[in-house]
Amino acid sequence: MPKIKAINFNFFYAKTQALHSLNLEIKLNNLLTIMGPTGSGKTTFLRALNRLNDRVPAARHAGQLLLDGTDVYAPKVDVAELRRRVGMVFALPLPLPLSIYENVAYGPRKKGINSRSRLDTIVEKALIDAAIFEEVKDRLNSSAQHLSGGQQQRLALARVLAVEPEVILLDEPTSGLDPLSTFRIEETLQQLKKQYTIILVTHDPLQAARINSDVAFLYLGKLIEVGPATEMFTRPRNRRTEDYITGKFG
Amino acid sequence: MLDQEKWAETVLTVVGLSAVAILGLIILFIFKEGLPAFTQVGLWQFLTGTDWLPSKGKLGILPMIAGSFMVTAGALLIGLPLGLGCAIYLSEFATPRTAALLKPTIELLAGIPSVVFGFIGLTLIVPFIRVFFGGPGFSVLASSLVLGIMILPTMVSVSYDALRAVPLTYREGMLALGASEWQTVKMVVLPAARPGILAAAILAMGRAVGETMAVIMVAGNSAIVPGSVLDPVRTMTSNIALEMGYATGLHRQALFATGVVLFVIISVLNIVARAVVRRK
Repeated sequence: MPKIKAINFNFFYAKTQALHSLNLEIKLNNLLTIMGPTGSGKTTFLRALNRLNDRVPAARHAGQLLLDGTDVYAPKVDVAELRRRVGMVFALPLPLPLSIYENVAYGPRKKGINSRSRLDTIVEKALIDAAIFEEVKDRLNSSAQHLSGGQQQRLALARVLAVEPEVILLDEPTSGLDPLSTFRIEETLQQLKKQYTIILVTHDPLQAARINSDVAFLYLGKLIEVGPATEMFTRPRNRRTEDYITGKFG
Repeated sequence: MLDQEKWAETVLTVVGLSAVAILGLIILFIFKEGLPAFTQVGLWQFLTGTDWLPSKGKLGILPMIAGSFMVTAGALLIGLPLGLGCAIYLSEFATPRTAALLKPTIELLAGIPSVVFGFIGLTLIVPFIRVFFGGPGFSVLASSLVLGIMILPTMVSVSYDALRAVPLTYREGMLALGASEWQTVKMVVLPAARPGILAAAILAMGRAVGETMAVIMVAGNSAIVPGSVLDPVRTMTSNIALEMGYATGLHRQALFATGVVLFVIISVLNIVARAVVRRK
């Protein structure tokens, strides 16, 4: 069974349709890159998966979006629980106005973990997995807001990892970062995909190529093409995919 | 063309400076009128004297200073939590339609003349306090309740704007961790909006200190330091408004001096509050 499966999934903001009959599968512990220009519906797809779009007035969906075979929009689904299972990293990192340690410990605490030693273990592991531990280990108690943009983004990732999600959504996580920080995030993702199911959204074909995973190309809310990056970037089956990766539009 | 530019600049500069000049003249005027009272009564005696008997030449305004402080503190105690709670509800929990309906309604409160608030206080709140809590009803409590309601529109609309100005991404970052709406408000939205909320509190405080008419109608106006919240009270503004009509000589100068003290206290409160806001 695929970890995530969209079956004829449509999404609307009032009268605007953002996703058109999307059919897509992501296997357990796999990384899928969703590539597409602005307005292609890629962010909408992520925000449907953790139901952040619930907050948008007049947003509605049709079709199914399954996580482990259960529709995330089923009435019995606890949204807070869903969001702990499906973590998300945003384009703009936002550290809480707390120390580095407390930023990461916040999620686990909310899950009811209060033992200091257990929290210490979780925080350290999350920071190591997000490849930021070495840089911050000596100042875990200082404010997270003094970190650089790249560090804040990896802290955001650590914050998500500390909740021990099953799925990690990343919405253009490197759009505000310099090449070196981008490289570190991408390298981290290669490690993380062994343990997590990951969906990375990017508008950058070069990033999709570097990540070198399965790639789905979205355009104007429709899935144009999906397949391994090596195939898509060498022999795109669709004309629009070719135009996009060669920079003719987007 | 250049001439026109120069002209516009000159005219606007004059207009802009005249606003400052008017403020300067007001300050100059009340200080000029009030200072003789300080020298004749003695500054310390004037500020700490507990007897206000102008006919006998006893001019101590401590009861009025205490009155203004108590009434303002009471108003803030009532108005701040109520106003902030209302703003949080409107900004974070109400549907856009409810908020669009409720916010203008609350702002309408600001348009009600203060004498009407006083009237409502006089006919509803004062008898209520007299019957259920005892005392004359005209009291610190009555004034605080009336003022607490009067500062609501300021408190609600300024802190609502501050809360709305917190970027959506801040909220979503928290929600995406599985936090509830309230946890998100507590952890992210309120800390981020804090300077704006403090600004709202400063404005509300200014309104409460300065309000005169509504307070005169429900405060009882005895020039005695109140022993409890059920005792009558006279504020500095009430003191000026009540007696200016017939005061002459030193009495009149003492009323201006009350204005000077009020001005200094409000300025100090403003400076302190602004410093707090800026320190973040």
